[in-house]
Amino acid sequence: MCRLFAVTSNDPVSPMMALNALNVMKEGHDGSGVGLFLTDLGGEFEKFKNEPILSGIFSNDGIKALDRFMIDLDFMVKYKLSFRPTKPTPSGTPKRDNYVIRVYEYPAEWEGLSQEEIQFRLMMVQLQLREMGEKDKSMLIFSFWPDVIMIKEVGDPLTVAEYLGLDRKELSARTILSQGRQNTNYSIDIYACHPFFLQGMSTMTNGENTAFVPIREFLMSRNFPGYAGYQSDSEVFTHILHYMQNKLGMGMEMYKHIITPLKDDELVRHPDGKMLRNLKQSCRPLIIDGPNCVIGCLPDKTMFMVQDSKKLRPGVVGGRPGIFAFSSEMCGLDAAIPERDINLDDQPMRYETVIIRRERQEIEKWNQWDALPHLH
Amino acid sequence: MESMGRITPSTLSTKDLPWQILWNKEKCTLCGGCTAVCPVRAIDLGVHRKRSLQIPVGLETKPGNLFAIYHGIDQRTDPAHACVGCGMCTMVCPNGAIAPLHIEGIDKLRFHVNQGGEPRRRGGRRNNPDSVLDKIKFVRISMLTDPALDAGRHEFELRTLLGRVLPPEEMLKVSRENGWMPPVREIYPLVIGSMSFGALSPNMWEGLQMGVAYLNEELGMPVRVCTGEGGCPPRLLKSRFLKYVILQIASGYFGWDEIIHSLPQMKEDPCAIEIKYGQGAKPGDGGLLMWYKVNKLIAAIRGVPQGISLLSPPTHQTKYSIEEAVAKMIQSMSMAWGFRVPVYPKISATSTAMAVLNNLTRNPYAAGLAIDGEDGGTGAAYNVSMDHMGHPIASNLRDAYLTLVKLGKQNEIPLFAGGGIGKNGNLAANAAALVMLGASGVQTGKYIMQAAAGCLGSEGDRCNVCNIGVCPKGITSQDPRLDRRLDPEQVAQRVVDLYLSFDTELKKIVAPLGRSTSLPIGMSDALGINDADAAERLSIKYVL
Repeated sequence: MCRLFAVTSNDPVSPMMALNALNVMKEGHDGSGVGLFLTDLGGEFEKFKNEPILSGIFSNDGIKALDRFMIDLDFMVKYKLSFRPTKPTPSGTPKRDNYVIRVYEYPAEWEGLSQEEIQFRLMMVQLQLREMGEKDKSMLIFSFWPDVIMIKEVGDPLTVAEYLGLDRKELSARTILSQGRQNTNYSIDIYACHPFFLQGMSTMTNGENTAFVPIREFLMSRNFPGYAGYQSDSEVFTHILHYMQNKLGMGMEMYKHIITPLKDDELVRHPDGKMLRNLKQSCRPLIIDGPNCVIGCLPDKTMFMVQDSKKLRPGVVGGRPGIFAFSSEMCGLDAAIPERDINLDDQPMRYETVIIRRERQEIEKWNQWDALPHLH
Repeated sequence: MESMGRITPSTLSTKDLPWQILWNKEKCTLCGGCTAVCPVRAIDLGVHRKRSLQIPVGLETKPGNLFAIYHGIDQRTDPAHACVGCGMCTMVCPNGAIAPLHIEGIDKLRFHVNQGGEPRRRGGRRNNPDSVLDKIKFVRISMLTDPALDAGRHEFELRTLLGRVLPPEEMLKVSRENGWMPPVREIYPLVIGSMSFGALSPNMWEGLQMGVAYLNEELGMPVRVCTGEGGCPPRLLKSRFLKYVILQIASGYFGWDEIIHSLPQMKEDPCAIEIKYGQGAKPGDGGLLMWYKVNKLIAAIRGVPQGISLLSPPTHQTKYSIEEAVAKMIQSMSMAWGFRVPVYPKISATSTAMAVLNNLTRNPYAAGLAIDGEDGGTGAAYNVSMDHMGHPIASNLRDAYLTLVKLGKQNEIPLFAGGGIGKNGNLAANAAALVMLGASGVQTGKYIMQAAAGCLGSEGDRCNVCNIGVCPKGITSQDPRLDRRLDPEQVAQRVVDLYLSFDTELKKIVAPLGRSTSLPIGMSDALGINDADAAERLSIKYVL
C-alpha cells in the first residue's frame, strides 16, 4: 500500500518534513518511488509567484531540446534550480543527467491573453514536451505551472531525498503533497508516481481504483487534451476533480457527490436529492468503487481528504492553527506535528470531505448529507 | 397392383428421424397417456401381430406357427408427425416405459420438412450450443491490492439506467434553465425480453406479470418486462402495474388501438416504449403468429379476425429511411406520453448497427438501443432465418459501446443486449460479461421460459413447436386445455426464484472484482478469453 503525507503551513517548510514523515511510515511502503508536489512556494521561488515553473528530469540531449523548444516559443528562463547528482545512484534509482526546476518568463505575445487561455497553453506546452520526451526518453515532465514544483523519482523516498539534496534552502513550500511507493500494481513507470497534476490541481491516492477503465474511457472521450497519461489508475482522481471544477464549474462540495454518490434510496431523503440524482446519472461513469483515500490540493491551495464510500483506506488529519497535516498513518502525523491536540484529529468517513483552507486555521468538515451551499 | 408398403422419396424409417421413441413392452400398462399427451401425435396405439414358432419335442406333431397379437406403440414417420423430442410421453408414463432418444449423426428428416414446397417453420432458437459469452472469464480478481467484497454481506447497488442520460454539462444547463430533462428509469439490469401476448399463453403472461409485480412491490427489485408485439390486456394497461411494463410497438402495430384507447385511463406511465425494428432470431423478418394461435382472445386484443396468420412486415411500412423511421416514430411515441416515457428502438444485431447507433446519438429523444443477437429466440420463424441469419451479440455490442466511447456518449445512450444470454444456463455470467463489454443491461426470454415455466426447448432442436400452439407445457399454446397445465402462481414463484438467484450470482461475480457501488459497465479489464482472435476482436485480455 502507498503511504501519503501532506502538510499545509503558514510558514514555508522543507520537503524533508514530509519525507521524514513518510520515512516514519516506512513499514507500510516498499520504497519503490517518491513523488512531491510543492505549491505556495517559499524560499527563492517566492519571488516568482506568477511565472510558470517547469519541473522534470532531462538527459543532456533533452536539455538542449528543451532549450530550443522554449526559445522557439519565446519563453525565457528567469531562475533555475538544477540538480546534477554526483553521488553514486541509490539502488533501484536510474542514473539521470539533470533534475530541472526552471522559472520562465511568459512570451511577450501571451500578454493580454485571458487567464483561461494562458492556462490552456501552459498545459499544452507541458503535454508537447512530454510527448517529445517519450520518443527518446530524453525528458520527463511533471508540471509547468506558476507556483508549483514537482519532483518524482524511483527509489526509497528518504534515500532519494538525500541523493538529490532536497534539504537545500532554496526549496521550501507552504503546501506539500508527498507519496511513498509507486503504483506497483502496474509496471514501474515514473509517470505512475503520485501526486498527479493538471492545471493547478493535484491529488494522490491510497489504494487501487477498481473502476479505472470506464472512468478513463469517459475522461478520454471528453476531448480535453489534458485527460491523458493514465500510467496509474489513480491519475483519474486528479482529472475528475479538474473536470468537475473546470468543465462543470462545480465546487469541492460536489466531489464526493460525483465519485461516491449517495445511494438511490438515500437520495430520496436528501434535501437536494433531485439535483443529485440527475448528477449521479449524468456522471455515472465517474463513480469509483474504492478502496481509496484521496488527498489533494486545489488551485486556491485548499487541501482536502476524501474516502470512498465503502472500503476506505486509512487517513487522518490533524494539527494546530497555522499548520495541519494529512497522513495515511497516525505515526506520520505524530512525527510531523507532535505538539497538537490529538483530540481534534479527524479521520474522515464515507460521507465526509475534510478541507483545510489556505488560512490554515481549522479543520473544516462537510458531510454529503448537508444541503448544497449554492445550487445555481 | 401397387403394394401396400409404397416407398416414396419422403418415406422415412424411425432411424431417419432425429428422435426415436424407445418403448418397453414389459413395463407398458397400455394406459394411453403418452399417445394422448404427445403434442405432434408422433405415437399411435399400435396393434402388432407376432408369430411364434411352436416346435414340439418328438416327431409326432409337426412344428407349427402361433399367431398372437400384442398392443403397444407405433411411431409415425411422416414429416408432419415426427417426434420432436419433448419427452412429455416420459413425463406422463407411470412406469417409465417410454422415452425419446436423439439419434447420433445427421437425421434424414431435415431433407423432407418442406412438403408442399413450404420450408420448415418452427419456434425456438438457433440450435447451436456454442457461446462466446460462456468462454469469457472474469480474470481481474481483487485480493491483496484491493480486498474483494463479500457478496453476502456488503451493500450492492446494481441498478442500471434506461433513458437518454444528458451529459453533465447539458444536464446542468437544463437544470438551470428548467428545460426538458429526458425521462430516465432506474431499473434492474436483467429485463424480461419481449414475448407477446399471443406468442405466450395467457397463463404464462399472467405468471410473468405477477412475478414482476412481486419483485417490485415486495422485494424492491425494479424488474421490467417487455410486452412484445401483441398489445397488452386492457386490465393491465389501466392498472398501477403498467409502470413495470415496457410496451413494444412493431411493424404490425398489433394491439396498439387498444393501447391508444386506454391512454386516458392509464393511472401510470409505462416504463418505456420499445420500437421493434428487428429481432435477433429472425433478423430482417417480421413477427409471425400462426393461425393456430389466433383465437378469440388474441384476436380481440390485437384487433384482428380470428384464425388467420398474423405476419408483421419486415419493416415499418410507412417509413423509408432510418432518419425518418427513428425520428418520426421515437418522437411520436414520446409525444403520446407527454415526453415522460423513454422511447428506444430494438434492432437485430447486424453489421449495420453502427449506422443506427450513430443516428440515435444525434436524436435527443432516443432513450437507448436494444440489440438482439442471433441466438435470440422466437415463437415462430422460418428455420433458415433462425439458423443462418443474424450477427452474434458479443462483438456487435462491443462495437456499439466502443463507438459510443469514441463519441463520448457511452453514458448517454444505454445499450441493452439480448440474444443467447443464459442459453446454456449461465445467465448471470453471460449477463455480467455483456455488461463489462459495455451493455447497460440485458434482455432475456428463453431462459425465463425455461426456468420459470419449464420450457422443454434446447439448443439441440428439441420441441420447438411453439409456432403451432401445441406447447405441451402450456407456455406458448392458445388452447385452454393445454394452458391449464401451467399455473400462473407457480410461474410467478419461479420468476422470483430465478431473479433472486441471478442477483446472488451477479454479486458473486462483481464482488471478487471489487465492485459494488455501481454496475461495472464497460469494465473490460476484468474480462479474459482463451481465444486470441476473440480477445483481439473484443479488446479484452487473451488468457491461457
